[in-house]
Amino acid sequence: MENSSSSSIVSTESEKNSVLNLKETELRLGLPGSDFLEKKAGTGISLFGKDLKDEGNNGFSQIPLKNLVSGAKRVFSDAIDGSGKWGFSMKGGSEVDLGNGGSENNNTLQSCLAGPSGKEIGNPNPAKPVEDKNNENNSTAPASKAQVVGWPPIRSFRKNTLATNLSKNNVVEGKSGLGCVYVKVSMDGAPYLRKIDLKTYCSYAELSSALEKMFSCFTIGQYAPHGLPGQEHLRENCLKDLLHGSEYVLTYEDKDSDWMLVGDVPWEMFTDSCKRLRIMKGSDATGLAPRAMQKCKSQS
Amino acid sequence: MAYSFPEEVLEYVFAFLSSDKDRNAVSLVCKSWYEIERWCRRRIFIGNCYAVSPQIVIRRFPEVSAVKIKGKPHFADFNLVPEGWGAYLYPWISAMARSYPWLEEIKLKRMVVTDESLELISKSFKNFKVLVLSSCEGFTTDGLASIAANCRNLRELDLKESEVEDLSGHWLSHFPDNFTSLVSLNMSCLGSEVSFSALERLVSRCPNLKTLRLNRAVPVEKLPSLLRRAPQLVEFGTGAYSAEIRTDIFSNLVEAFSGCKHLKSLSGFWDVVPAYLPAMYNVCSRITSLNLSYATVQSPDLVELISQCPNLKCLWVLDYIEDAGLKALSSYCKDLQELRVFPSDPYGAEPNVSLTEQGLVTVSAGCPKLQSVLYFCRQMSNAALIAIARNRPNLIRFRLCIIEPQAPDYLTLEPLDTGFGAIVEHCKQLRRLSLSGLLTDRVFEYIGTHAEKLEMLSIAFAGDSDLGLHYVLSGCESLRKLEIRDCPFGDKALLANAAKLETMRSLWMSSCSVSYGACKLLGQKMPRLNVEVIDERGPPDSRPETCPVEKLYVYRTVAGPRVDKPDFVWTMDEDAALRLS
Repeated sequence: MENSSSSSIVSTESEKNSVLNLKETELRLGLPGSDFLEKKAGTGISLFGKDLKDEGNNGFSQIPLKNLVSGAKRVFSDAIDGSGKWGFSMKGGSEVDLGNGGSENNNTLQSCLAGPSGKEIGNPNPAKPVEDKNNENNSTAPASKAQVVGWPPIRSFRKNTLATNLSKNNVVEGKSGLGCVYVKVSMDGAPYLRKIDLKTYCSYAELSSALEKMFSCFTIGQYAPHGLPGQEHLRENCLKDLLHGSEYVLTYEDKDSDWMLVGDVPWEMFTDSCKRLRIMKGSDATGLAPRAMQKCKSQS
Repeated sequence: MAYSFPEEVLEYVFAFLSSDKDRNAVSLVCKSWYEIERWCRRRIFIGNCYAVSPQIVIRRFPEVSAVKIKGKPHFADFNLVPEGWGAYLYPWISAMARSYPWLEEIKLKRMVVTDESLELISKSFKNFKVLVLSSCEGFTTDGLASIAANCRNLRELDLKESEVEDLSGHWLSHFPDNFTSLVSLNMSCLGSEVSFSALERLVSRCPNLKTLRLNRAVPVEKLPSLLRRAPQLVEFGTGAYSAEIRTDIFSNLVEAFSGCKHLKSLSGFWDVVPAYLPAMYNVCSRITSLNLSYATVQSPDLVELISQCPNLKCLWVLDYIEDAGLKALSSYCKDLQELRVFPSDPYGAEPNVSLTEQGLVTVSAGCPKLQSVLYFCRQMSNAALIAIARNRPNLIRFRLCIIEPQAPDYLTLEPLDTGFGAIVEHCKQLRRLSLSGLLTDRVFEYIGTHAEKLEMLSIAFAGDSDLGLHYVLSGCESLRKLEIRDCPFGDKALLANAAKLETMRSLWMSSCSVSYGACKLLGQKMPRLNVEVIDERGPPDSRPETCPVEKLYVYRTVAGPRVDKPDFVWTMDEDAALRLS
């Protein structure tokens, strides 16, 4: 269904291409205004001048460029509904995730258009931004609105201070919209760290799955037999398997600056007290490691 | 016969030129002026650390005493730039350590600074005086300890909102006992407690200390002791301003503040207990800058305080001030130039305070010198924006954040095009603009046509089509920085205006509709731009060319493609295009 609708829209767009001057759609570079206008003049359409001031169609000018792009816009917004999730897309560090928990969409047009943004772009209706983690977890929508990465535009320092203020004043009760809790995640041996928003996960399982995807590129070498992400084996609660296979332990630094093993306390308590995460080599976590194995086994 | 001034005279004259723009103009006059100028330029500003390389800078300007470098794009402040993207300071320091042994000042913004870099700074520059780290990260308090211990002539240490790994407060104790040159210390972003006695002694022995911004860990009862030792302070940031109200603490505070006859700026006020605010009343008449943006105080208490500050020029405050408080502000503070109102509960579904567009309209009407605005609110109307524009044609910076993306005019349900259009039409000196709310391509037509002095534009969730982007790129003669997120802008406008990008510092587009193919083409055609695709989904050529990229960062550069890219950044250049196509 989705496949056919997207392909039909694509052909509509190419029909438009042929109806209008193909030159209109040529990807060309030029100085602002000049080349663009020249080419336009030939076809009797001008981007500037009186056409722009046309008051037809609700004040928006009728210009081929716009029509073409609105065709593309339709494709975009159609593709967003119910598309699959990118295997590589991260909830924490990147843009709003579409994830419907569905399988990866093989229709490349669809899936690649679906990638970047999780909401209907250009839709004049005041649509709420969509972050589908709730759908994924089959939980009910939170009382506060769903959050978009980096919006409203507030710096981390202020956000973290706000969160502390609100919790201190007990203003927020049961609201999950307390803001984001960005923590750094390091992995021994990896050349750079990542940052994730703990509030976008609801359980240890989700967290470990996300971390596995984020750091899989650093561990594939050690995990040769089952190497590639996306395979069944690696999809479910894979950090534990990763831990088994490559001797990593997930630890976190809590509010008292102690390094703790992830998984001991209830999830809420963990997100409230976690300051940063570290994927530690098992050999460094002497004493921790055997318990880690046991813990993992008991959690599965 | 050639008439020319002797070099020494020209050099003497050039020394009076402080603006980079003027110096750049002077260097274009002729080769000899270029040579003279480059030898006497002492202050360098690098707006984008990847636009140039340390080697190129050093080659051209051999005798520099102050550098200012900016790294990550502005949207990194809102977590849109993945961790590990770049903007590393170390290569700069290691090059400058060799070539600028007399470097005195380093000011950085959004760069990754390591303890190693800080240590190298502290050991390489014998006359080092000023270190400002604004929104930087990557270092710990150990790095600060090196600076404290080794920079014998340090004047300024300012950690403005940097993310510092706070290992302990011990770093402050590394300032030697004979260190007396401190003029400015801002440690407000740090968490852990420093040794109070070390702080007291430091403050006592630095007679030129003008700025002291404490961190949250310093409790209110300790403030009088510091203030008494530094009555010459001009700028002061409190720590946590809360404690059980005790008359002795209160009266100590009053006395200590009264002793500070030169205080002009106050900040801090974490956890403030309103009953302590009156302790500052007798300095308020001289106060020109007040940062209450961490003070969770309600409107009546805020108004009480503000009404004592008739000379206020700059106010940062939370939306607890509400419309009523802003009305009071507009009647008491006629000198106000800058207003920033931050949201106290940005993620709540419902408004928690009575702050609307009306507050801003009132201030725009009552404060004739208002030129810089940052305002978070939950509703806006075209009528309000038009009123603001008509009231305040002298606006220079206007940043409006309506919390709900794509929120329309709440009265008419129309887009806010005409409102923002009025802003750019009336405010002819506008240099910075951030848009929000429901906006169509039309607003960009207004901006492109009218915003002649606009240098920085931030756009989110706006526009209908490429036309919007085209209007901006083909107008806005002064545009230097353009940052866009979640807008339906794509290939056509970008490619048609490729040349414009060379006249700008940078362009950021994330969650837009720019295809990989267009990025490749842009990179191929414009060798003096770095066209960088940031995509965490894996290599862009594993997807079709028509696939939009996650994020695009384009900037002009003379340094060629980056050599320190992480694996989620790809430079679109000729080689890449050939390799990947």
